[in-house]
Amino acid sequence: MPVMGRTIRNLRASYSQVPLLGWLCGALIAVTLERFAGTPIALALGLPKIPALFGLDIMLKKPILVPNAILYVFLVYGLPMGATTRSSISLTNRLAGRLFRFPIAITVAVHLALLYTTLHLWAGISDYRALVLKLTLIAVMLTLSLNVINGYMGEFSCSHPGFMALGAYCASVFTVGLFVDDRLFGAVFLPPGLGPFLFPVALILGGFLASFGALFVAIPSFRTRGDYLAIISLAFLFIVKSLIENLEFVRGPRGLSGQPDLADLPTVFLWTVLCVWSINNFVRSTIGKALNAVRDNEMAAGAMTVDTRRTKIVAFLFAAFWAGVAGGLFAHVLRYVNPSTFGIQNLAEVLAMVYFGGLNSVYGSIVGAVSISLLGEALRPLEIFKWIIIPLLLILVMIFRPTGLIAFKDLDVTSLLRPKRKPGGEV
Amino acid sequence: MPILRVHGMSHDFGGLRAVQDYRLEIETGQIRGLIGPNGAGKTTIFNLLTGIYTPTAGEILLDGRRINGLPAHRIASMGISRTFQNLLLWRHMTVLEHVKLAHYSKIRYGLFGAFFGTPGRNREEAEIEEKALRLLDRMGIRHLAEQVVLNLPYGAQRRVEMARALATEPRILLLDEPTAGMNPEELVQIMEIIRRVHGEFGLSILLIEHRMKVVMELCEIIQTLDFGAVIAEGTPEEIQNNPRVIDAYLGQERRG
Ligand SMILES: Nc1ncnc2c1ncn2[C@@H]1O[C@H](COP(=O)(O)OP(=O)(O)O)[C@@H](O)[C@H]1O
Ligand SMILES: [Mg+2]
Repeated sequence: MPVMGRTIRNLRASYSQVPLLGWLCGALIAVTLERFAGTPIALALGLPKIPALFGLDIMLKKPILVPNAILYVFLVYGLPMGATTRSSISLTNRLAGRLFRFPIAITVAVHLALLYTTLHLWAGISDYRALVLKLTLIAVMLTLSLNVINGYMGEFSCSHPGFMALGAYCASVFTVGLFVDDRLFGAVFLPPGLGPFLFPVALILGGFLASFGALFVAIPSFRTRGDYLAIISLAFLFIVKSLIENLEFVRGPRGLSGQPDLADLPTVFLWTVLCVWSINNFVRSTIGKALNAVRDNEMAAGAMTVDTRRTKIVAFLFAAFWAGVAGGLFAHVLRYVNPSTFGIQNLAEVLAMVYFGGLNSVYGSIVGAVSISLLGEALRPLEIFKWIIIPLLLILVMIFRPTGLIAFKDLDVTSLLRPKRKPGGEV
Repeated sequence: MPILRVHGMSHDFGGLRAVQDYRLEIETGQIRGLIGPNGAGKTTIFNLLTGIYTPTAGEILLDGRRINGLPAHRIASMGISRTFQNLLLWRHMTVLEHVKLAHYSKIRYGLFGAFFGTPGRNREEAEIEEKALRLLDRMGIRHLAEQVVLNLPYGAQRRVEMARALATEPRILLLDEPTAGMNPEELVQIMEIIRRVHGEFGLSILLIEHRMKVVMELCEIIQTLDFGAVIAEGTPEEIQNNPRVIDAYLGQERRG
């Protein structure tokens, strides 16, 4: 046993020297391998085709193939990533070090380009993967923006699907009305070629409408907290939903369809990056730390010159803005929205992602959104059991880590991208 | 002219008159004491002066300007800062974050800077951090800068609260029982700190304190409060020999 313990410790020590750049290169190599040799490997292992979601989907449908699926994941992802990251530690650290000397914006751009390429290749295998990836990125935006209110500011807000619905409908009315359907506003007056340029405008308008809606929760939050505010925010969600259901101009409960195909992977990726970046900037600024002070002790915040009303308004409006943008993207990914999408079930999913991943943490929200989205997709064949397994998992996390997996951790971009080993050799 | 002038201030909690016709004049650089048995209304007076409650009657004038009715953060940014009797720190935040956040009202960058990390914001954040670290240094808690306050011993938490109050750059500092729960060694340190910040920052201080030794040593003038009303005011010697004060304290012992 001591030998094994030592081996594990050594392995961990050597992998802890891999810089983020190394991991991204390793992942890129793995997905490239899958792109070119994935199908033969899958067939050779007796799998019908490349497993869509790391083998999880296959394991549930045909339990007999579990070992084959695990072997596939090991051969295509585990082994190439493990081997290349480890063997290129000095190379990638040198590269990361050199990259680090450029302005931080360039360093970040290079890392993002690598990440995007990897995701693009991974999603290129099937339309299903592309869809799951886009929905996962949208879930990251939703989770992180809800974390601003529920985690960073410590209110329990239930109105997020409502903000999302406002954004989704506003953006859809804009694009459908302008480019596609002349029954909405009369004649279609813009050529569809302008779509990609006006799409950001549509999303931002959706975000603003969601922010406006957030005033109805933010203003009561001046005087109430806790349970009462939770109920007010829940009421807001139902009001938005029934408002849309009764609005004939957006076809009520039948839903609005025919959104132009504007939310491709790069667009969704870019908006997600913008969202994560601006929220991370905000919560790390002194103005953003005021949210934590309002959560931990509002009276002390006021006595220390913090304008608590402004803080609450900003938090609600900013979070709602991103929920609205996410809603707009969501509507254009599915190219159909109806009001029943934005109900209690949607709320439960986002809340699960926030509390599972971890309060007050950008890392936590990313981990929570990605893991619950992928798990939800993978467990889809189980149908109703999905709604037993995910809550059970959530309960376990709440018992053993009441604030979530990665709570109260700052995302410091500079230290994330830093090389993990000095050129001399030591850490 | 006194920097802070209060007259005729009263406050009711439902039917209970917690503060009755209170008046106060603090000159620049003065240290004043406020003593009285438990429940006399001392903390309530602090809450009224800092805008946490609005007085039922009376006037509070800062530099001759009426401030009652203003929200707490406005009063704080006009130069009245305080500590709390039962330590109201932000449990999940680090010591450095506490002191940085107390600069809130002086931040010049706006929301755009907060969201997009403009160079102006980064420069200002760096300035605030440097200032905060210098203050922590003066309070002898720089080594704790990155610690979350939840994990700190009681004495250190008291210092953090004091540092945070000073970081708002007040002209008047209200200290609510700053030595509560401290051992004799910590007591000497905190008195030393109060003397030092008084000297270095040129502050006016209003001190609520239970330990007579501390009040008598630090304060020029002491007010004694009982059942919400001032029953005596004077120098430490006058207060010590005032029969009504002795009676209020003895009475408390008889009552308690
Ligand atoms: N928020 C409140 N609501 C109702 N009564 C209060 C409140 N705060 C204080 N009191 C009452 O006002 C009186 C004065 O309290 P306080 O100012 O805390 O006294 P001290 O600080 O002198 O010990 C007490 O009788 C107390 O019970
Ligand atoms: Mg008190």
